[in-house]
Formats: sequence, structure tokens, C-alpha cells
Amino acid sequence: MNYFIDLWNSFYHVMIEGNRYNFMISGLKNTFIITFGALAIGVVIGIIVAAIRTSFDKNKESLRTRKGFGYFSLSFLNSVCKIYLTIARGTPVVVQLMISYFIIFASADDGVPVAIFAFGINSGAYVAEIFRSGIMSVDNGQFEAGRSLGFNYLQTMWHIVIPQMFKVVLPTLCNEFIALLKETSVAGYVGVIDLTKAGNTIAGRTFSYFIPLLSVAAIYLILVMILTWLVSLLERRLRKSDH
Amino acid sequence: MTTKNALIRVENLVKNFGEIEVLKGINSEITRGEVVVIIGASGSGKSTFLRCLNLLEYPTDGNIFFNDVNITDPKTDINLHRQKMGMVFQQFNLFPHMTILKNMTLAPVKLLKMSKQDAEKKAMALLQKVGLADRANAYPSQLSGGQKQRVAIVRALCMDPEVMLFDEPTSALDPEMVGEVLGVIKDLAASGMTMAIVTHEMGFAREVADRVIFIDEGVIAEEGSPEEIFGNPKCPRLQEFLSKVL
Repeated sequence: MNYFIDLWNSFYHVMIEGNRYNFMISGLKNTFIITFGALAIGVVIGIIVAAIRTSFDKNKESLRTRKGFGYFSLSFLNSVCKIYLTIARGTPVVVQLMISYFIIFASADDGVPVAIFAFGINSGAYVAEIFRSGIMSVDNGQFEAGRSLGFNYLQTMWHIVIPQMFKVVLPTLCNEFIALLKETSVAGYVGVIDLTKAGNTIAGRTFSYFIPLLSVAAIYLILVMILTWLVSLLERRLRKSDH
Repeated sequence: MTTKNALIRVENLVKNFGEIEVLKGINSEITRGEVVVIIGASGSGKSTFLRCLNLLEYPTDGNIFFNDVNITDPKTDINLHRQKMGMVFQQFNLFPHMTILKNMTLAPVKLLKMSKQDAEKKAMALLQKVGLADRANAYPSQLSGGQKQRVAIVRALCMDPEVMLFDEPTSALDPEMVGEVLGVIKDLAASGMTMAIVTHEMGFAREVADRVIFIDEGVIAEEGSPEEIFGNPKCPRLQEFLSKVL
């Protein structure tokens, strides 16, 4: 019993006194802003990159037979995308974040937009591959049926392939979102007060690491558990619409 | 060779897949209102030939004219011509995320700018003809194979095509469902639709065809009326093929 009273006392001392919990709240807010912002950028990049990569894979045969500029330009874009994927997935996100903050946006005061940018670029690579595998998983006969009715490539993708792709990738996409939420914990490297940095700051001020760091871990854990639960609900919903 | 009424004219069609020569120079034409049945062994190139007609496979060499327009010319907008070439696949390829009615009205509404009401009215009339009007709001996964293929046929018909291409339309069906699909195709033939059909159903071929093309090793080995092809085959390969399938 004494143990819990001690625990409460130290919690009170560390978190409540001097309103230090406000650090945690604003840190959590920044974590959310960075995660959602990065996800939005990631999805946009992901769609564009996946579109280029799959159009190239699907059309290279016929474009090569027809020769001309189409094959050249699409193959160039495809190479650019491949380089992007290699770099974004082949280097640590912390390094990318620091390069963004200290080199690319060296004059930036606020780290939050830079963090959104860096995590968005990083996440885009993973989202692109998720979308690409989703598009590839849709039977090619669907694509041919669309084209045979007279739809052009983009119309076929939009009306026929992408709606089917979304069903396949939604759970994976949510998992990417969960991973992204945890990855943003390194935003402190560029002076952003996110949840992790907030905990660390409180620890520094109170010389007590136990309560702040465990609180940070608990908050991440709870967020991830809620999100995981939501994903499982979603998966069940999607399965239900399979006849 | 060239006649005035040719709806589709194929000149020296060559198609390679990598190193493999699948079609080695095919010359043919399909006249308006004609039903052409294409037969041949597996791997002979008959499906590839059919798929080249609407450029689902882009020919390596040669020309294909549709309504006297060279559709193999890269400057031709193939999408416009495909609207006039209905295609039915072995695997049906209905859109699983749409109802039967939506499957049928999507292309007319988006491509022909038909109003939703008109498109639905037309789709319902066609469904009525193939006996599936009561399934209009079902999803493809709720239909049997034969029903799916009948829907696939009327989906193509919703675009008012000038020619219908059938790529082994009954090969993926359970035997007891073959008849219902062939029945629909026969009705269509009787209505004067121009058709090119790849099939293994020889009895059906003999019954419905105006002309039969036998493709062997990437060339047309023999062609003629069903009576000639099935009754009096000349080419030894065709004799061998028929002795195996009949």
C-alpha cells in the first residue's frame, strides 16, 4: 500500500506540480499534428508513385512495341520513383529528419513543418509500395474488361481497379499509420516538443526518469491499442462485404 | 481480298511474346453481319489473334482496320474504337464491387454520356432478354457462372457494339451451364450481330458459324464454311485436330 502512495506522491511531484503535465499535452498535440500531416503527404506521394510504377509495369510491353516518347518518359519517371524508394527506405528516418532540418530547411525556426515534411517523404515510400501491391493484387482481367469497354487507362484505374485495391490495402495502410505514430518519437532531434521529448524534458527538470518515461510509453501504448482495435473492426467490416 | 463490307480487316498480323512467335502473319477479314468462329489447338494463337483485334494485345507487326480506320496506327484513339467492339472473356471479368445493373450502366453513362435512367432502362431490357432481370441488384459473386457470363455479354451489348469478340466464353463454365450461354450467343447471331468467336465447342461452331477459321502454329491453316471445315477438311493438321475433338 505504501508503495502506491509513494508512486502517487512522486507522480504528483513530477507531473502535476508546476503544471508540468502541460508539456505532455502539447507534446501529444505535436505528435498528432506530425503524424496526420505526414500521413496526408505520404498518401499523396504514395498514390503518385504507385500510379507511375504500375502504369509502367502494365504498359511497358505495348509502349515499347509502339516506340516513341511515351515509353521514354514513363521509364524515366519510373527510374526516378525507384531511386526515391531506395533512398527513403534505405536510410534511417532520423537521419532524413536531421538532413531536412539542418540542411534542406536550414533557415526554418519551427521544426514541426519540417518534421511533417520529413516523415511524409519517408512514409510516402512505404505507402507507395502498399498501394502498388494492392493494385497488382487486382486481377488483370478487371483491367482488361475496363479497357475493352472503351475506358482509357486512368478511367479504368479510377472506376474499376482502385476501388478494389482500397479494400485490399486499407488494413495495411492503417498499420503504416500506427508505425508512423511511433516513428515520430524521434522528432525531438530537431527541437520539436513531441510526446517523447515532452517526457524527456520533464525528466530533465525533475531529475526523475521513472514517471515521465513510463507515462510516455503508456500513452503510446494506449494510442496504438486503440488504433489496432479500430483496424480490426475495419477488417471485420470489409470481410463482411465479401459475399 | 478487300471487300467493301469488311468491318475488320487484318493484314499480315504478327505478334511475338519476347522471343516466341505466336502469330506469324495472319490475313483475314470479317464482314458486317458475319459470324466467324476461330478454332485451333491450345497454344495455336487463336486467343491472341482475337485479343489483337481490339488491341488488348498490341501487334508486333501488321495492320488492323476497323471501319477502314487503321487502329494499329499509334495516332488512332483506340478507346473510341473499343467502345464499338464488345468483348466477352473466359473468366467473365464482371466488376465485383458493383451490382449487375451498375456493371452494365457504368460504361454507357461515363463514355457515351447516356443519362442514368436511359442506361438503366436499356440494361433492364437486355437483362430481360437473357432472363436475369430479377438479378439486377445482385452482386456478381451471388450469380452462377452461366449467369455471370450472360451478364458479361449484355454488359458489352449496352455499348451498342458493331462487333462482338468472344474469347472462349464457355470454357470456364460447368457443363450444365454451357447451354444457356451458347443460347444467348445464338440469339445474338440470329439478330445479325457481327461476331468473332474463339471456342472449343465444335457442335456450336458448326451450328452458328458463317465461316470457320482454323489457326495452327500462328497462321490460318484453313478456312471455309462449317460444312467444308467439318465435313471435308483438307489440311492434315485440321483433320488431326478434328479427329481429336469430335
